[in-house]
Formats: sequence, structure tokens, C-alpha cells
Amino acid sequence: MDAVMLSRLQFGATAMYHFIFVPLTLGLGILVAIMETLYYKTKNEVYLKMTKFWGRLFLINFILGIVTGITLEFQFGTNWAQYSIYVGDIFGAPLAIEATLAFFLESTFLGVWLFGWKRISPKMHLISIWLVAFSSNLSALWILIANAWMQDPVGFVLKNNRAEMTDFFAVVFSPYAWLKFTHTITAGFVVGSFFVMGISAYHLLKKQNVEFFKKSFYIGATFGLIASVLVFLIGDFHAAEVAHVQPTKLAAMESLWNTEKAAPIYLILVPDESKKTNLVEAFPIPSLLSLLAYHDPNATVRGLNSFPENDIPPVTPVFLSFRIMVGLGTLFIILTILAWWYARKDKLLEHRTFLKIMLYSLPLPYIATQVGWILAEVGRQPWIVYGLLRTNDAVSKNLTVGDVLLTLGVFIVLYTALAVLDFALLIYYARKGPLETD
Amino acid sequence: MVLNILWFIIWGLLWAMYFALDGFDLGIGILFPFFAKTDQDKKAMLESIGPVWDANEVWLITAGGATFAAFPITYAYMFSFLYLPLMLILYGLIIRAVCLEFRYKVNNPTMISLLEFGFFLGSLLPALLLGVAFGNIFQGLPIDQNGYHGNLLTLLNPFGLITGILFVVAFLLHGSLWLSFRTEGDINVRAKSIAKKLWFVTLFFAVLFFVSAYFVTNLYSNYFSMPILLVVPILCVIGLLGAGFFINSSEIMAFLSSAICIIFLTFTGVGGLYPNLIPSSINNAFSLSAFNSSSSQYTLAVMTIVVIIFVPIVLFYKFWTYKTFSYKIKEGKGEGY
Repeated sequence: MDAVMLSRLQFGATAMYHFIFVPLTLGLGILVAIMETLYYKTKNEVYLKMTKFWGRLFLINFILGIVTGITLEFQFGTNWAQYSIYVGDIFGAPLAIEATLAFFLESTFLGVWLFGWKRISPKMHLISIWLVAFSSNLSALWILIANAWMQDPVGFVLKNNRAEMTDFFAVVFSPYAWLKFTHTITAGFVVGSFFVMGISAYHLLKKQNVEFFKKSFYIGATFGLIASVLVFLIGDFHAAEVAHVQPTKLAAMESLWNTEKAAPIYLILVPDESKKTNLVEAFPIPSLLSLLAYHDPNATVRGLNSFPENDIPPVTPVFLSFRIMVGLGTLFIILTILAWWYARKDKLLEHRTFLKIMLYSLPLPYIATQVGWILAEVGRQPWIVYGLLRTNDAVSKNLTVGDVLLTLGVFIVLYTALAVLDFALLIYYARKGPLETD
Repeated sequence: MVLNILWFIIWGLLWAMYFALDGFDLGIGILFPFFAKTDQDKKAMLESIGPVWDANEVWLITAGGATFAAFPITYAYMFSFLYLPLMLILYGLIIRAVCLEFRYKVNNPTMISLLEFGFFLGSLLPALLLGVAFGNIFQGLPIDQNGYHGNLLTLLNPFGLITGILFVVAFLLHGSLWLSFRTEGDINVRAKSIAKKLWFVTLFFAVLFFVSAYFVTNLYSNYFSMPILLVVPILCVIGLLGAGFFINSSEIMAFLSSAICIIFLTFTGVGGLYPNLIPSSINNAFSLSAFNSSSSQYTLAVMTIVVIIFVPIVLFYKFWTYKTFSYKIKEGKGEGY
């Protein structure tokens, strides 16, 4: 393997580890803030207990999100120096703004919230957790503005052998960025709500702290239902935008090899990349792909074979990721409707099988968010900046295979140890329940 | 061109803020295994930095982000040339944060000692290696048209190591002064007595740094050609003297003096580098400067507006946080983390 492939593996691995922790932070932060708001309004102790119980799980997870993120920022410089030189005029700005606007706010008020229970007024304490929840989502906005620019470069000219920014607002208000941002944070909300519902289901099955976990479950279910519907709708718009700006990714998502008018979606499809066709195509739904991609049943969708061979992304992982993501997204809507309904009618304890399903569904939104990123990033290949700069030309020139191999190995060992420690602690404190806190 | 100079100063300022703020909590991490005798000592030490260490570290991320935004070419070369040391710093910071966070969340004794050791090592590595990295930047890196010609071992040269050790001892002094400011009773007394010893050690390495810099770097040439700039290293020296002077009489003044010492130590280096961010030790034509490695004027202007609007807000709420959490930790009442 060469330094490019190893650097890709390194970036991919660190990004995916990072994205184990981030989505939960996005969703659970808001849920904890909602719980503390309920406590502030009602002065009901159960909401205080909730804030502390779920807040502790939030904190354990949060710190992992931060530390795994720091390395990502610096990898642009360490491993992707040519990329950094080429796009730094545009790409660095959102990263610097992310740190200035979001990271300071997030880390400062997390410290205030954690250590401020007895030092600041209840109102200021409540404001602190909302600032934490808000700023972690704000940081997602800026990093996704940067990422969206790699997917759909806008607001620049090519000058001095690099992309130079000409329109900051075109970069910031890129439709791709906002679709990606809203899709990502609502996915994080789904992760957060399934986390709360799954752990609550565990305790309800054991009939421990029933009132506490019924209330938690209801909050999770309400938030989760809204988020599941939103993530699906935004995802649909997002796919249409992909069709518009990244036709190769769209074709890979559906494994569409030949250009077709009124293109269908096949319910069963097995791609065969080596022969540049599909092995199996069965149960077509006529015109659906044209309709979803261009909101017009008769639209023409370009197939992969109409592009130069070296511009085509790996098809199978993109295709599979997309199917898994959409399948899980549909499942989340069904599950959250049921969850919300049972919780509202106070029938959760009667439906033990459903509670079990909710417990074992806890990892599913994690899977959905991971494959979502595989789709987004692998689907962009062979470009690091779509249509502008190839991944092969972006790597640092002075890197040796040994250096990258060594650091990749350390990252994998270190991050795996961290993930194990994190999950062990999350499970330990999740099982412990609220009674023994404080 | 004015914007390039402004961003050069901001670049220096962000590193200075990082060293002055994260410096004391890194120092407490290095001090931890030597200072903490009882569980109460540990809790007090962790509580003293608990509410602020994470936000302090953000200055590093901001310094990195600002380098990327304003001087992308420096960013690309600085971090790809210094690949292994930077990775070691990052591993250190990762391990440190997790160990700090989880120390009071586990109850297995082996795990606890492992986490405490990780907190120490994760504090020592970044402090030392950032010093080594900056010591080497002050000397210039072997860069020419073919790129970089050094490796991890060439970085560990005498001046690099002197700067590294200076960072470590200055952060230790800074940390022990912070600890004395935040505590009372026995810990406070012990922190002060350690700070006094560390002050002499820091003075020794500071003198060694300033003298050897004269022989192995070009840092002084800017100061000799523009003597008014000498106010910067003089303020560094005043800060150091102030830290020693105030140790007994005013804890906060001693801490602030040591912060001033660290800030102006950074600026002494940065001012000596100007206009370079990374000088080439082979041929100045290959140095990365505020002018040949910068973003476009448009990007610099956008970033300047962002900084003017948002940095005062950040400073405001950070100041408020420090004020809220400047209470004295009562003896035997430390909360830990």
C-alpha cells in the first residue's frame, strides 16, 4: 500500500471513530437541555435526576468526541498537505470559524455546567446547557460547510495554482452545506433519542425506576419521532441535490450503469463492478429514480458508463450504504411512531417485545450515520474536491509509508482502547440507573 | 499587506494565549504524581483546572485553524514536516483528556493508576514537544526546493531540547502558582514552596535559552535593527521577576506575572522570526513567511471581520468563567473531576 491509500485509511478510520461519538453529542445534548428546562419550569425533582443521569452519559461521550476531533483538524496538514495548499484559502476559514464561534462556547459552558451546580444561578445553569447543545450543533454547521465545499465547490476562482475564495457567502450559504448540515444533525437527534429510549427500555424491562424511565422514554420518543421524519425528508432533498451536483455519486448509489430516461428503482439489485453492469435486477418500480432524483418521472438519469472510467467511485460500498441508510431511516419512522404512541398511552410496560426491540435498536442509528458517511465520502472518490482535485494529488509529498503505517497503527490501538473504555463506562453508568447518582 | 502583518501578530497571539492558558493545566498534570500525596490533594488539583482546561485547549485548535485559514502553506508544511512530533503531541492530548475525565469514574485500582499515569504523560509530552518544535522553528528547519530534510532525531538537538525543557519548567511554575491561587491550607503552602524552587529552575533555563538563542538563531537580528522591539523580551523578563517577587505577597499577581512571562516569551520568539513563520535553515529563499505563504487578501479580510466581531465575545465569557471559578478550594473539600 502507498502513502495515499494509508492516509485515506487513517483519515477514514479517525473520522469514523470521531463519528461514533459526535452524533450522540448532538442529540443527547439537546435532550439533556430539554430535561433541565422541564426541571427549571416544574421544579419536579425527577427532571433534576434525569438531567444528572443523562448528563453524565453525555459527558462521558462528549470528551471522546472532542479528542477524536482534534486529530482530524491536524491531519489535513500532516497527511494532506497538497490538499491544504490547494484549498486552504477556502477550507481553512470555516475550520478557524468553527473553533472561534463554536468550540470555545461549547467547552467553556460545559465546564460551567459541570462545575457550576452550586456556583451559579439555576437560570444561568440552564442557559449553560443550552449553549453547550447549541454550540455543538453550530460546530457541526461549520465543519459541514467545509465538507460540503469538497462535495460541491462554490465561490472561488482558480488562481496562483490554487482555489481562492471570491465569495464567502456563497461558501457559507451553499445549499449542499445546509442540506448536509440539517441531515446530519437530525441524524444525530435520532441517535440521541434511540439512546435514551434504548436505555430506558432496558430499565423498564427490569421494572427499575419505572416512573423515571417512562418519562425519559416519552421525551426520547417525542424528539425521536420528529427527528426521524425530518431526517428522512431532508435526506430526500439531499439526494436530489446530489443528483444535481454529483451525478457519479447518484449513479453509484443506485448502481445505474446505463443512462436511462424514466429510470426505475429495483427492489433487488446486485451490482457487478468488474463487468460494469448488474448481476441481478428485479422488481423495478418504474420512474421512481427519475422522480426522486429530479422530481420528474420522465427525467433522464446518467449511468456510470457515460463517465470516464477514472472518474467513477467504488460502486458496491456506495450502493450498499445507501440502501442500508434508507432502509434504517424507514424503520426509525415506524419504530418512533409506535414508541411515541405506546408511551403516550402509558402502555409501554405491556409491550415487552417492543421494549426489547427498542433496546436492541439502540445501535441502529449509529450504523445509519456511519454508512451515511461512507456514502458521502466514498461516493466522492476519486475526487477529494469533486471535479477539481483528485485524492491522489492531495497527499503530503514527504510522507513515508512507514510514518503513516506507524501512526495509523497507534491510532487504531488508541482509539479502540478509548472506544472500549467509553462503552464500558456508558454501560456501567447506564445500568446503574439514577437512584445512586449524587 | 497590512492584513498579512495583522495575521502574523494574531498567529503569535493565539500560540501565546494557548501557552499561557493551557500551560498551567499542563503544568498541573506534570506536577500531579509528584505533588499529590492523598486523594484529597488529587481532587483539589483536578478541581482547580476542571472547569477551564478544556476551553484552554481550544486555543490550540484555534491556533491550528487560524494557521490553516491565514497561512495555509505554512500550515501544510509545518504539520507535514513535523509529522511525528505533532502526532505524539496529539496522542498525548487525547490520552490526557480521557484520563483526566475518567479518573473519578472508574474504581479499579490498576485502572486508576493507569489513568493517573496517562494524565501525567499526556501533560508532559505536549509541553515538552511543543517546546522542542518551537525551538527548532526558531533555529529554522532544513527546507529547500525538495522539501524537508530533517527527522524526529534531528529535532532533538541541544537548542530544541533547551526550549522544550524551558516550556516544561515554565508550565510547572505556572501550574504551581495557579494551584496556590486556587487552594488554601496545606496544599497552598506546599504549592508555594514548590513554586519558589521552580522559579529558580525556570530562571536558569530562561537564561540558558536567551544566551544560546544568540548563538544558534537569528531571533535577535530584528531586535538589534529595531531596538524599540526590545520591550518584548524585557516584558518577558519582568514577568518572570514578578512571578518570583509576588509568590508570597499575592497569589494572583504571581500567577498573572508568570502568564505575562509566557506570553512575551512566545512573542520574543515570534517577533524574532518576523516576517517568517517557518524560516529555512538552508536558504532564506525557502522560508515560509507571512507574505509568501498566506491566503488571499479576500480570505484574510473575511477572517479579520470574524475575529473583530467574535473574539471580544469569547474573551468576555471566558473572563466571566475565570471569575466564577476563582474561589478557594477548601482544605479537604476538593471535588475532583
